[in-house]
Amino acid sequence: MLRETLPDLGKFIEPDRVHRRVYSDPEIFELEMQNIFHKVWTYVGHESQVPKAGDYYTVLIGRQPMIMVRGSDGKINVLYNRCPHRGAMLCGDRYGNAAKGFYCSYHSWQFHPDGKVKSIPLAKGYEGTRLSLANPDCSVKHAARVDSYRGFVFASLAADGPTLLEHLGDAKIAFDDMCDRAPEGEVEVVPNCFRVIQNSNWKIFLENQLDALHPSVTHESTGRASDEVERAIKKRTGKAPLDYHYLSAFITPFDKWDQVQTVNYPSGHCILQGYMGLRPQDPDTLAYEAVMRKHYGAERTEEILSVNIHHVLLYPGLSVQSPLQQLRAVRPLGVDKTLTEIWHFRLKGAPEAMYRRALGYYNLVNSPSTMVNADDLENFWKCQQGLNSEGGDWVSFHRHAGQDDNENGVIKSRWGTSEAPMRNQFRAWSQLMGAGH
Amino acid sequence: MAKKTVKTSPRKPAKKAVKKVPRAAAQTARRASAGKSVKKPARASLAVKNKAAQAARPKAPARSPVIDLQREVEQLLYRQAEHLDNRRWAEFIDLFAEDGLYWMPAAPEQTTGDGVPSIFYEDRDLMTVRMKRVSHPHAWSQVPLWGTSHVVGNVTIEQQDPKSGELTVRSRFHMMEFRREASRHFAGSYLHQLVRTRDGYRIKLQRVDMVNAQGPYEYVLQVWV
Repeated sequence: MLRETLPDLGKFIEPDRVHRRVYSDPEIFELEMQNIFHKVWTYVGHESQVPKAGDYYTVLIGRQPMIMVRGSDGKINVLYNRCPHRGAMLCGDRYGNAAKGFYCSYHSWQFHPDGKVKSIPLAKGYEGTRLSLANPDCSVKHAARVDSYRGFVFASLAADGPTLLEHLGDAKIAFDDMCDRAPEGEVEVVPNCFRVIQNSNWKIFLENQLDALHPSVTHESTGRASDEVERAIKKRTGKAPLDYHYLSAFITPFDKWDQVQTVNYPSGHCILQGYMGLRPQDPDTLAYEAVMRKHYGAERTEEILSVNIHHVLLYPGLSVQSPLQQLRAVRPLGVDKTLTEIWHFRLKGAPEAMYRRALGYYNLVNSPSTMVNADDLENFWKCQQGLNSEGGDWVSFHRHAGQDDNENGVIKSRWGTSEAPMRNQFRAWSQLMGAGH
Repeated sequence: MAKKTVKTSPRKPAKKAVKKVPRAAAQTARRASAGKSVKKPARASLAVKNKAAQAARPKAPARSPVIDLQREVEQLLYRQAEHLDNRRWAEFIDLFAEDGLYWMPAAPEQTTGDGVPSIFYEDRDLMTVRMKRVSHPHAWSQVPLWGTSHVVGNVTIEQQDPKSGELTVRSRFHMMEFRREASRHFAGSYLHQLVRTRDGYRIKLQRVDMVNAQGPYEYVLQVWV
């Protein structure tokens, strides 16, 4: 129905620019929910968030309130958060335990943690109707597909489509890089989720994630402030904690940013190379590397630690910072409102010092007191406001257009500040939206 | 009648206090005592009213060391709130001891900020980064300038270490922020650990537990709450 009233989406997307309406039109947003978020694999959570039977977390997939819950058989289910009787939400809380099952607060229908109906109260009243314990419609509906990769659980609301591994493709390195850095090859969630709302379209956040042209401008104040204090501490004590470098690295000069490569896949996923130099040769790192060699041997350890990634964007809703073990899940709430959920993980078997080092980044860059996203969010809001204006229709992605290397559909930027990731994200968007290119 | 009530209310002891405590403290004390006494006896009968007035008079001796300490601590807390609301960041930081920490836990059950996620966990150096950031001409989020108003109350000295004299002080705060056509409210409790220095009490640790700390943040917290 929506589709009939909409103009041809192909008109809005050109290889080096897009029409402002893709960010500001609520109807296009609804189409994105149907064609992208209700079909592709969405990150729902990490297995270690729900260690015991009945443990659950609620989560949004597109417009759908869902529950990730561990069944009594140990299997993880992703259920629609809805009682099949009159449609009331089953879990009103963000997380909890339902080992005894879910209990609907409206008419006391009960369900096993795997969603199967356990009891219907006053069953006699339903005799002779289609409503019975044997009717599958009386159980809680499951997401069409659930799968996980190295402990990271994804769900898709569409029965058909690429498998999770096909969807992740080479970008699965996000999880490999994170988990391989753990001597035990696994990570464990830190049970805390920071949530920040951006008053802007979800795509603006995604574009920003691999935009090497913005940090020295947007984050100049924080970069300079931290640089000054970092120098003062060095002068005073000879050595400043890495925390200050996390912030001062944002004012890396443009010629250095141009040396940071982006790798862009047809699915919309992108990898941004590392630039922070997160392998200092201090005693903590050396102790960690020794533990790594014990588990993996010298050669494999070197292979793991040589991976140099800043973060990986898994289109359309996840940004993974593997070397610092954190991720941001993107939940679009409306055409101009986006929630990010920010999680941190521990490397199993690694010394405590390694966790603490990454924690500094989680607190300073990713917490609600962030000195970095404060200015990003300000710009995102300004973008959204500007895109509502009729002062111009097009958003430009011309930087280094036509100058990237295309290796069998994988686009590698020759300059770090190339707008290749944005062009690439719209290549994927067009495909998912059936908009042509 | 109402006039008389005001007259018999314990204004006098407050005036006496002027001689013994600094002016600002006396003003606060006067405001506090006036607020209390005007309201209550106004509704009471004349007899009760006079009783209340009599009872109140000897019970507010400014000389009591307990009350002096209470006032000193309250003044520190009020001053801190005023520094924030007036954007006096350097003065705010200077209220902290050299090794002082400002901590806003990520979860209420946390007992330390060490090695766990926190919304803020800042020593004076990190506070200085924050101050320099918001003061930088290219701190884009500082335009338009925003304002806050803090109200601090329910100040209770929970502990006084007999040896070191260190104080543990609990209070409640309510903060309203106005930024770009929108108001936000943050409220909760402060726990101040105060140490005695040559310059008076300084903050060794300020723990800030907001009742809405765990909710999603519409925009971020740019400075300390």
